[in-house]
Amino acid sequence: MVEVLLLGALAVAAASLDAALDGGPGPFRQAARLLVMERRMTPRADRPLTRIGVVSLPVAAALAALVVPFGGHAALDSRVGVVWFNAMEVVAWGSVWLAGWGVNSAFALVGGYRFIAQGLAYELPHMFALMTAALAAHSLDLRVIGAAQGGLWFGVWMPVAFAVYLLSALAMAFWGPFGAPLGADIAGGAALELSGPDRLVFLAGRYGLLAVASAVAVPLFLGGGDGPLLPAWLWSAVKACAVLALLVWTRRWSPVLRMDRFVQAAWTVLIPAVLLQMLVVAVVVVD
Amino acid sequence: MTVLFWVLAVAAVASGAAVFAVGSMARATFALLASFLCVGGELLLAGLHYLGVLVVLMMIMEMLVMAVFMVMYMMNPAGLMPMSMVHNRRGALAVAGGTFAVLVAGIVAIPWPARRGGPPHDPAFALGQAIMGPKMLVMMVIGIAILATMIATVVLATRTGRYGEDGAR
Repeated sequence: MVEVLLLGALAVAAASLDAALDGGPGPFRQAARLLVMERRMTPRADRPLTRIGVVSLPVAAALAALVVPFGGHAALDSRVGVVWFNAMEVVAWGSVWLAGWGVNSAFALVGGYRFIAQGLAYELPHMFALMTAALAAHSLDLRVIGAAQGGLWFGVWMPVAFAVYLLSALAMAFWGPFGAPLGADIAGGAALELSGPDRLVFLAGRYGLLAVASAVAVPLFLGGGDGPLLPAWLWSAVKACAVLALLVWTRRWSPVLRMDRFVQAAWTVLIPAVLLQMLVVAVVVVD
Repeated sequence: MTVLFWVLAVAAVASGAAVFAVGSMARATFALLASFLCVGGELLLAGLHYLGVLVVLMMIMEMLVMAVFMVMYMMNPAGLMPMSMVHNRRGALAVAGGTFAVLVAGIVAIPWPARRGGPPHDPAFALGQAIMGPKMLVMMVIGIAILATMIATVVLATRTGRYGEDGAR
């Protein structure tokens, strides 16, 4: 359970870093403001569905955190950690769509649909990137994959898969260049009508997802707990922090991508590229 | 374990029934998703971890895509009016009741064999071997071919198509 708490702390750190880069109020001040704010209600909203959408986002991030290893140890002893992480991260599709649909507001609905389009674009390259790392380690267990990279990290000799993974980590947390579902052009998108505690829980879930996606990059591509002097779990945490800082910083300089352009690029460039990467890896590991 | 099995089983059937009781397409879709998630939980309980997690993963994606299409094809646009999932009530009842009766008769009538041997070390691997065996390579190639076909079809079918961003207008 320590691992899950550590990832929670990482999520708060990500929010703090984003606020510091933005020059705005820190996450605790924002949380306090949202907690005392009165809920705004839209007429004829589907309350249960909205509530499910809002709450499922942080719950999915926490459930995904169960299989994330620090060093060689994860909270849950699962042999199919990669698939479990993938399944929990897809819950975000439902969360964002429900939050957008349930509140009965046009712009929020557009944001929800945008995330489905984004999901269809990023999910296939993402799955192939996960499979590439799993293929090289002959295992779906994140701990085994992390331990299988003695000396040469997967991120070094599978750069395409690593790059695709980082892109899809941004996309699954609808962050930075993939922030269109919550875009300013549609007045805040899927989160438009969420106010007070609802908004707090939803945004916290988004940071949680970003933190988990960064931490999973470490066993998949950055050698897990591999490193000199420091203990393995600390190396995992340091690397996860570095990836998370990179992802948070991306939002500062990258423009928001248009959904249709990204779908086209994902299907015509990313999928063939990552399939070729997988072929190379398969040829290398087969003997 | 047994308690959890029954809780999930009852929840699966109840949310499956809820699909036909709720008044909006979004609620019907997510009731169906809840039912599938309970089934995935049952597989996890049975020790089939890979299959259970896979059912959860695939069903979430499928139901979300289905939600988009079902809302799109609904009789009233955007689901602004209450709707019903029930059509052809008598025929549907007859078919469902008949199927249920046949399945129950089968379960009761078949002399089930006693279990031999223990569960394999890696059930997912054993299942793959049992289903595909030496045809695995062929199936993998076909899988990639199907994926390439789907992508090519969609790319050609979109309005921008092969003529680029402005060519088709």
